[in-house]
Amino acid sequence: MDFLLSTLAQVVRIVVPYGLVSVGGCLSERSGVVNIGLEGILLNGAFGAAVGTIETGSPVWGTLCGALAGALTALLHAFVTVRARADQIVSGLAINMASLAGTRALLKILYDSASNSPRILHVPADPLPGFAILGPLGDAIGQPLFLLAAAAVVLADRLLLRSGVGLLVRAAGERPAAVEASGFDVARVRTASVIAGGMIAGLGGSWLAFQQNSFTDGMSGGRGYIALAAMIAGRWRPGGAIVSCLLFAAAETLQIRLSGRGVPTQFLQMLPYLIALVVLAGWVGRAVAPAALGKPYRRGGSE
Amino acid sequence: MIRRRDFAAPLIAVLAGLAAGALIALLLGASPVRFLSLLVGETLTTGYGLGQVLFRSTALIFVGLAVALPFRAGLFNIGGEGQMAVGGFAMTWIGIVLAGLPGPWLWILCIAGAALAGGIWAGIAGLLKARTGAHEVITTILLNFVAAALLNYAMSAHFALPETVRTAAVGEGAWMARASLAIGWMHGSGVSTAFPFALAVAVACDLLLFRTAAGFSWRILAGGIRRARYARLSPIRWTVASMAMGGALAGVGSCSYILGYKRYFEEGFTGGVGYLGIAVALLARNRPAAVPAAAFLFGMLSQGGLAVNQIVPREFVDLLMAVILIVFILLDARAREGGIRWISS
Repeated sequence: MDFLLSTLAQVVRIVVPYGLVSVGGCLSERSGVVNIGLEGILLNGAFGAAVGTIETGSPVWGTLCGALAGALTALLHAFVTVRARADQIVSGLAINMASLAGTRALLKILYDSASNSPRILHVPADPLPGFAILGPLGDAIGQPLFLLAAAAVVLADRLLLRSGVGLLVRAAGERPAAVEASGFDVARVRTASVIAGGMIAGLGGSWLAFQQNSFTDGMSGGRGYIALAAMIAGRWRPGGAIVSCLLFAAAETLQIRLSGRGVPTQFLQMLPYLIALVVLAGWVGRAVAPAALGKPYRRGGSE
Repeated sequence: MIRRRDFAAPLIAVLAGLAAGALIALLLGASPVRFLSLLVGETLTTGYGLGQVLFRSTALIFVGLAVALPFRAGLFNIGGEGQMAVGGFAMTWIGIVLAGLPGPWLWILCIAGAALAGGIWAGIAGLLKARTGAHEVITTILLNFVAAALLNYAMSAHFALPETVRTAAVGEGAWMARASLAIGWMHGSGVSTAFPFALAVAVACDLLLFRTAAGFSWRILAGGIRRARYARLSPIRWTVASMAMGGALAGVGSCSYILGYKRYFEEGFTGGVGYLGIAVALLARNRPAAVPAAAFLFGMLSQGGLAVNQIVPREFVDLLMAVILIVFILLDARAREGGIRWISS
């Protein structure tokens, strides 16, 4: 029983950043904006959360800083791709480059270290009351940030797929001209959606930083890209994305459990990436991307 | 045709990047003038600095071509990093196993092996794209991570010398001569005959793309699968071929470091150069003949970062490169929509 609970707890701890980033990706891409920059957004979120918590001494402010860092990075992406209609993939890649370099440089300036921030000492380890009964699993899902993350995911799913606002967002990604004909501003819808996605992905960064109790250089480690693969496998739906993220998290947990048992660790390390490739190749053929994904929209344009 | 106005957007982007760098220096209390003079001056006025710039440019030319060529077929190769690493490993393996072979033969085999390995690695992404529609941007990035883990295993299990992350040296027959032997004032720098080799490859790629029937077919593919079919081209074959070509170029690009400089494979020797290849290709507007110029620019900036490090963290130079990239695509988008007439192409 304890083994099961601690395994589940590990899956939960791993799935949170993947899940938040892929749901953030859904918000962005369903509105029509490809967001490779989520890798950098995740990294900046982690950096914001670590610095915010260390400087204010409060994980609440830290979490806000993480979400804010994600939102601001997404704002840059939105400006470049939506307002200025520049290439979405290149913008995302440039943002990833800038985030990696920028956080490194700021680590040096703020903390005089090339590799990590000081330890974050302010995040309470104990879960909220009532969760202790679940043992190690309660330690993971009883974290306030986990509950916030879960709420954000459910909210994003409901908003995107079951609300008028979501209909508008999805229409911006499928037929932007129709959105404009209905009297809405496509650029505004897309910008808001990209920023909301960045904020959620930034929360994922906060989770990363809090789990490791510090910010380390390049700590996003390709998770953003895997989350994007999960988003595609989940057919651009938050619920589906979470299911594929759980698959990745389970694989990684397996990796951790198997390490030191004869299988070379490097093979276990490449497992999530390999699964992502297989999933992309196998499932994606039938997944249909939003029709206007990646296409800048110009006011008064047709498709 | 290369027109004057093709230069305008890259030039403005670079100036904007330098201005951003100077501004950051100012904000950090360092002198912006000193920042710029360190960044550009130190590298171009000393023989060692210039040699290092050419050394860095060499790999950048190859990874730039590795992005530019598939791009001309409508494919975005983000995997130069992994392709170069895999190619470099294959090159070293051949160079060690066949170390006894003489002169050009060993070199030729090493280059061919690197091209094959890099080509296969990128070809996987091409095949996935053609067969299943999996987007090459994500698959090539994922393959970078797989390559890193795979090579890490190969090194730690079999090939690394004890207590190091490098292999034994390749046979002398594969070495490319260091320039510092012939040109005294470049002493100590890593530039080798790999640099003129890279220039020749860039010219060859340009000719291939714009002066041959294969190059013409290649560019048809960029117009979409329907157009390719109409031209009786197999989209699958050409997609795989153009990705593999990109991968082969990235793989061969490892010769600068391995055959020309260190003579051995070292884990992590690519050091992010694959991602810079994207910036190089874009600024060169995916024109192979223009790639060396863009590579020289980014080679200079990355070498200049080391000099700048004494007043501000050198990572700001990487940040500056990202600024260049973003400003460039902003200008490009404006120009495409006819917003700025004098730089529209």
